[in-house]
Amino acid sequence: MKIAIPKERYPGEKRVATTPSVVAQLIELGFTVAIETNAGALASHPDTDYQFAGAEVVEDVNLLFSSADIVLKVRSPLLEADSEFDEISAMKAGTTLISFIWPAQNKTLLKKLADKKVNALAMDAVPRISRAQKMDALSSMANIAGYRAVIEATNVFGRFFAGQITAAGRISPAKVMVIGAGVAGLSAIGTAKSLGAIVRAFDTRLEVKEQILSMDAEFLELDFAEDGSGEGGYAKTMSKEFIAAEMSLFAEQAKDVDIIIATALIPGKPAPLLITADMVRSMKQGSVIVDLAAEQGGNCALTELHKKVTRDGVTIIGYDNLPSRLATQSSQLYASNIFHLLVELTPEKNGQIIINAEDDVIRATTVVKDGIITWLPPVQPKPVRMKAGNEPKEPEIVPEADKEEATSDKTLQTVLLVLLAGGLLLAMGAVAPTSFMTHFTVFVLACFIGYMVIWNVSASLHTPLMSLTNAISSIIILGALLQVSSSTNTVVWLSSIAIFIASINIVGGFAVTRRMLKMFSK
Amino acid sequence: MPENIITATYLVAAILFIFSLGGLSSNKSARRGILYGMFGMALAVSATVLNNDVTNYLMIAITVAIGSLLGLILAARVQMVQMPQLVAILHSLVGLAAVLIGFTNHMDAGSHFIGTEKTIHDIEVYLSIYIGALTFSGSIIAFGKLSALLNGRPLLLPGRHFLNILMLISVVVLGWLFVDSNTPEAALTALYIMTAVGLIFGIHMVIAIGGADMPVVISMLNSYSGWAAAATGFMLSNDLLIIVGALVGSSGAILSYIICKAMNRNFISVIAGGFGVTKAPISGDPSPQAEVISIDVIGAATLLNQAKKVMIVPGYGMAVAQAQHAVSGITQLLMSKGVNIRFGIHPVAGRMPGHMNVLLAEAKIPYDAVFEMDEINDDFPNIDVTIVIGANDTVNPSALDEPDSPIAGMPVLKVWQSKTTIVLKRGMAAGYSGVENPLFTKDNTRMLFGDAKTSMDELLVAL
Repeated sequence: MKIAIPKERYPGEKRVATTPSVVAQLIELGFTVAIETNAGALASHPDTDYQFAGAEVVEDVNLLFSSADIVLKVRSPLLEADSEFDEISAMKAGTTLISFIWPAQNKTLLKKLADKKVNALAMDAVPRISRAQKMDALSSMANIAGYRAVIEATNVFGRFFAGQITAAGRISPAKVMVIGAGVAGLSAIGTAKSLGAIVRAFDTRLEVKEQILSMDAEFLELDFAEDGSGEGGYAKTMSKEFIAAEMSLFAEQAKDVDIIIATALIPGKPAPLLITADMVRSMKQGSVIVDLAAEQGGNCALTELHKKVTRDGVTIIGYDNLPSRLATQSSQLYASNIFHLLVELTPEKNGQIIINAEDDVIRATTVVKDGIITWLPPVQPKPVRMKAGNEPKEPEIVPEADKEEATSDKTLQTVLLVLLAGGLLLAMGAVAPTSFMTHFTVFVLACFIGYMVIWNVSASLHTPLMSLTNAISSIIILGALLQVSSSTNTVVWLSSIAIFIASINIVGGFAVTRRMLKMFSK
Repeated sequence: MPENIITATYLVAAILFIFSLGGLSSNKSARRGILYGMFGMALAVSATVLNNDVTNYLMIAITVAIGSLLGLILAARVQMVQMPQLVAILHSLVGLAAVLIGFTNHMDAGSHFIGTEKTIHDIEVYLSIYIGALTFSGSIIAFGKLSALLNGRPLLLPGRHFLNILMLISVVVLGWLFVDSNTPEAALTALYIMTAVGLIFGIHMVIAIGGADMPVVISMLNSYSGWAAAATGFMLSNDLLIIVGALVGSSGAILSYIICKAMNRNFISVIAGGFGVTKAPISGDPSPQAEVISIDVIGAATLLNQAKKVMIVPGYGMAVAQAQHAVSGITQLLMSKGVNIRFGIHPVAGRMPGHMNVLLAEAKIPYDAVFEMDEINDDFPNIDVTIVIGANDTVNPSALDEPDSPIAGMPVLKVWQSKTTIVLKRGMAAGYSGVENPLFTKDNTRMLFGDAKTSMDELLVAL
């Protein structure tokens, strides 16, 4: 089958759906590859590189589209109204399109694809399960966006990120607050951290606390118990009280931090408004806000989409499509995500794709097939495993009740045991002769001494402990020594054997313990 | 030698033994501790030999000389991997000695008791022989299993609990017959039968316990050998024996307790045996299409070369493959490059408590680089590369995540939290407990298939 990669026509889009190195891999999978002239130019991949990798460079767009069986794109196809070139009309029926599609927002587009009988696989619909991680373009892009957000902020910010002590005086580190610790947020945390800033992060989902802490950032916690984990590892809308608490936390932080990177999104809803105009006003002069949610309405009230604006001395960056500003990197990751999807689609590795609806990942990704809109996919019976944070709660509660019962059981057991032991002792004292009771006293005390001493033994010396106790338990030899001089022959012989084996044990035990201890060296 | 001086000597010996065990609290004092023990033993034995009743010096000299020589040879030749076997066989000797001494004491006309004292003495003889027999046969079986002379799998007879109870009852009945017997012949017969029952009991108990539960068995037999000594002490009215027996007995009991806790197992259930045989089918969580990512030696070397902090988690597989020396070579190489390299030891790694420590010590790995599970378990998120060598169940995340897993609740080393985990393994077989290990399919896990020793040797070359 023939794969075609057109140039991205969306204004400002620099990415390309495949890179020369991935072209080579696609050809190995059995495909032929054609690419539009200058498709990769803005991502630093000249046509010659593609040619060298084995792709055909086509100048005529119409020819490219009409000859293609599979079209790989970054952006969803442009509708007629937006552009002079209609990508969907240029495709022949039966073509498979793989790109970002955003089916929830682009109903008209889906309809048009269905009418044209184009099969569409949406890279943004790849499910968030472990097996599909290598195809997860959203995460790849979010990772880049998070990185770029920090870079944009450093560009505008008038100071160092890292603290330094210089001959000219002390430079204190910049303070960065990251709101929303998804993939983009975590990437931003990592980048800001590696630039030397003090990083604080907030997220409504308690399960990400550990991830934030693992990146050495501070987790801003509300004194409020509500977990914001929604479906598939995304966040959900929080209660009013929670939002109030959250806002006061942000208001307080705004006065202190220099940079705010806002990445808070709720799937299928406008971005929550978290930074009010008042908060912006309270920030220090020269502070920077990067609003990664600008396209969905913004987390900051003063964000203007596509623009960098300065309000009250605070620069607010509302660029969308940050990944495009790092086109080489994002093209590489996107191309590799698409390649992994194509590997799944080509089980025979013969250059023929099969859209197998039985496969969870492919089923979820397919949004239009054979003229029918197949989005949304049926809900999986099995819950997505990413919510692991929520599930253990049930078993956690159960053992607690159990534990209580167990402890009360245990107390009862202990009391019974003590009573029993006491009773036995008394009974024994009543009948046993004095000599026995004396020995018994020694025995019990020795048990306690043993208990005290052995708990102090270092765990690494447990094997030497065993061989040593072995040697000293052969003190049993005394019994044989006392009897070996008996007048009965059998007794003499049996005792001799006992002395013999006990001496093996004594000498062997001590010797091997010594040998072991010698090995323990610093 | 007067009786009182002997008693005083015994007292000194007892104190020396306590010091000896106390010395094991740290690596530094341990060597002094063993000297105390040897000195105490020498004192006790000489004082006993100098007892006025002891006259048969020739026999003592011969047996002690041959026995000591044998012991020395044994101690010098044993390999550290075989320590569990050696300990098991030494336990059996204590048991056998207890049986023999019990019989001789019963036969020796010298001991005359009347009334309650006789009854008590008879019970003491009986108990000391019983515990001795149990220890003897149990240790022999443990030895067989550990040295692979016997199949390591638990052998479960039908109705084994019933059988155990039956044997216990018969021991009690025989005991009553023995104490109550009028003729010496009848008493001896009862004693013989009971010894046989005790031997069978020991065999049956240990044979039903699987290979990986051996640490518990060994500690338990260690404990029994102590109780056997204590029982003999009662029988002989010898306080030194009682003290030492009690010390050893509680030592073994504590070790068993520590091991059981480390496996999240109930002591009784281990002794009842059969773990891992009636395992429930694992509820279908681990996704069947999950793939393992394998890695070759070069890849592993690259990872290690980039790492600043490395943790090595050894298990019994390392001992089996004899890979500890290669591991030591890698450790020294990485240490010389300034890599922070440490070892994390799970309490039940190996076939007896502390087994891994001894192996690592033998391979000249500094003991201050070796840590217990509790000391380092929270540190895994800071580790760049963790190497798991021949460990499986002790690093299985399902012990923590899956409440219905057969090993649920067992404390495990959280190796999956480190940035990358390299698992050395021969194949994809499940661990001893038969539980799937989701660690192998995690994204940050790399499987290095092959024999652990070969892999480690190659890795050393690649580094």
